[in-house]
Amino acid sequence: MGIKIGDAPFHERAEKAINDQFMRQAVAKAQDGLRGKKLKAAESLGNWEDWRALGEQIRQHTLENLDYYLYQLSENVEKNGGSVYFAETAEDAQDYVKRVVRKKNAKKIIKSKSMVTEEISLNEAVEEAGGEVIETDLAEFILQIADHDRPSHIVVPSLHKDKEKICELFKEKLGYTGTSQPEELARFVRRYLREDFFQADMGITGCNFAVAESGSVSIVANEGNARMATTLPKTLITVMGMERIVPSWEELDVLVTLLCRSAVGQKLTSYITGLTEPGGMDGPEEFHLVIVDNGRSHILGTEFQSALQCIRCAACINVCPVYRHIGGHAYGSIYSGPIGAVLTPLLGGYDDYKDLPYASSLCGACTEACPVKIPLHELLIKHRRRIVEEEKKSPKSWDFAMKGFEKAANSPGLFSFAAKTAPYVLKPFTKDDKIERGAGPLKAWTQARDFPAPKKQPFRDWFDKRSKEGK
Amino acid sequence: MAIENREAVLSQLSERLGRKRPETVEKPDWTISPQRSVFEGLTQDELVSKLIEQCEAIHTEVKLATRAQLIEAVNSYLKEWGAKTVIYANDKRFNDYGLSEFLINESTLDCRMWESENKEENIEFAKKADVGMTFSDITLAESGTAVLFNDGIKGRPVSLLPESYIAIIPKSTIVPRLTQAAEAIHQQSMRGEKLPSCVNFISGPSNSADIEMNLVVGVHGPVRAGYIIVDDKENL
Repeated sequence: MGIKIGDAPFHERAEKAINDQFMRQAVAKAQDGLRGKKLKAAESLGNWEDWRALGEQIRQHTLENLDYYLYQLSENVEKNGGSVYFAETAEDAQDYVKRVVRKKNAKKIIKSKSMVTEEISLNEAVEEAGGEVIETDLAEFILQIADHDRPSHIVVPSLHKDKEKICELFKEKLGYTGTSQPEELARFVRRYLREDFFQADMGITGCNFAVAESGSVSIVANEGNARMATTLPKTLITVMGMERIVPSWEELDVLVTLLCRSAVGQKLTSYITGLTEPGGMDGPEEFHLVIVDNGRSHILGTEFQSALQCIRCAACINVCPVYRHIGGHAYGSIYSGPIGAVLTPLLGGYDDYKDLPYASSLCGACTEACPVKIPLHELLIKHRRRIVEEEKKSPKSWDFAMKGFEKAANSPGLFSFAAKTAPYVLKPFTKDDKIERGAGPLKAWTQARDFPAPKKQPFRDWFDKRSKEGK
Repeated sequence: MAIENREAVLSQLSERLGRKRPETVEKPDWTISPQRSVFEGLTQDELVSKLIEQCEAIHTEVKLATRAQLIEAVNSYLKEWGAKTVIYANDKRFNDYGLSEFLINESTLDCRMWESENKEENIEFAKKADVGMTFSDITLAESGTAVLFNDGIKGRPVSLLPESYIAIIPKSTIVPRLTQAAEAIHQQSMRGEKLPSCVNFISGPSNSADIEMNLVVGVHGPVRAGYIIVDDKENL
């Protein structure tokens, strides 16, 4: 399934989302909750801006030396007894994991939450190799049960589903007979998955940060399923995006602190696991680390390099007014919200994702929220510039409007005519000085908001008059 | 154990960065260090207060005990929770504090110490156990975290599989925050020493807020957690 969600064009997905009252309520509620917790957690430190500045310094330094630190990491993982595979593409990563699944003859695989494995369609690959994948993170489990629904948020992937929907789903698919109380639902899943953890032949996890100096991987989690996946099965595969690395444990401290507070407002999550060595005494016997490029290296050394600073906390998503109204699926990518609008076109290309950089009001709330100071709204502008200047791929309505404007603006006569006649031409659409239901190129705009109707005295005339009057 | 496809991928990165891969990289001296000022200069007793305060936020009960009261404190958790089966870590401090003797001899309890040699059998026992018990190696006051240096012997499943979890926290192990624990591990790594195969940072019971942002305590890990802070520096 990869990074992409659905094939419909962006405006269709957005329109569908806008009309989905259930989803919008769920998103608004979650956004308010998460944003409030984050603000409280950041405030309680008293010097949040210093923390952000340090986080930014660490991420920038690491990216500037990414080849060095990945080399060091791989040397140390091998020294500790693990295997490392560098995957240039999603297919490379899939092939490697399939190879391990076949070699170990793994039938049951328990998986903890990982966005990068979604990105590279790992579950499908494992199934091709004859393994059954069981998602064990509560949100991912819900999505898997819902006929492989796609994540709509990078921290809480099932955020678009409310408890009633989840309850119905469990009743329909799993024979659940309880209420829609979250405690009861969660307790049911505990019982439902319990034996799978013990029977699994293999665990697959993501990685929040690898530590170069010691060849360790760290996983930041709450439910205990990631600990199960890294403790019980004989074989463990950890998949990481190649930028998810820190030089040493000293920097791990800072980034884990920023991540926990920004993502869920916790000082630390319930379980942070630092794995350094397999060996089987009380954990897995075999460890494989898969380091995924899949387009990331092409972002390095470009004006978009800072996007790789991302630690996947979703703080930008939780403050985004556009995300609030259209939810995650409308972005057509597993990476949604502001960081998704920046990252998705870089990983998935402008052909499919040229609309996303325009799905922003450029209010800058995302940039302000980012714990590692990615200038998100500036990157969105850079995308727009690139799309218009280099790629000539701006969205249709935008393109049409801009072409019309260009033509009119280059012809003083036409411009003046258009400006003067506009109020009359648009009169049928105008109500109280606002255009509520525009036609043609205005349609897409006025579906989301009103457009100010042209004044009978255009600005140019008003300005001329004012200048002549000597004001 | 192998490293595959490294040069192909890393050489692209070096090219993108416009240079050859450096032989060594000096980490810059970060210009700011906000992490070091958290709870700076607090006494051990003040750190205990901070820890207790945080435990409320993470749904974790705390008991204070002298060395002499430790067994009683453990026993009162077991009674409150109606625990019958207990597994505890293979950690000599259970002997030092007289706990293994108590646990093994207590006729109302079915107790077992983790043994990695009998991994499968011990996992079977742990998964059905009412309580898992470990000592904390470093304890973080700010986040209410017991840090376990699991070296393969102590038994990682002990703090994970049973229904409830007890962490015994010697008062001397309490430090301000994650910074001090990370620093200790970093120093170990710098000295070229072997790191624990798995370091677990545990802050209370397992939980999830995946359903409508409602906090649910108790998912796949233990559903409840209790700490005992024991004054280990007192005179016997």
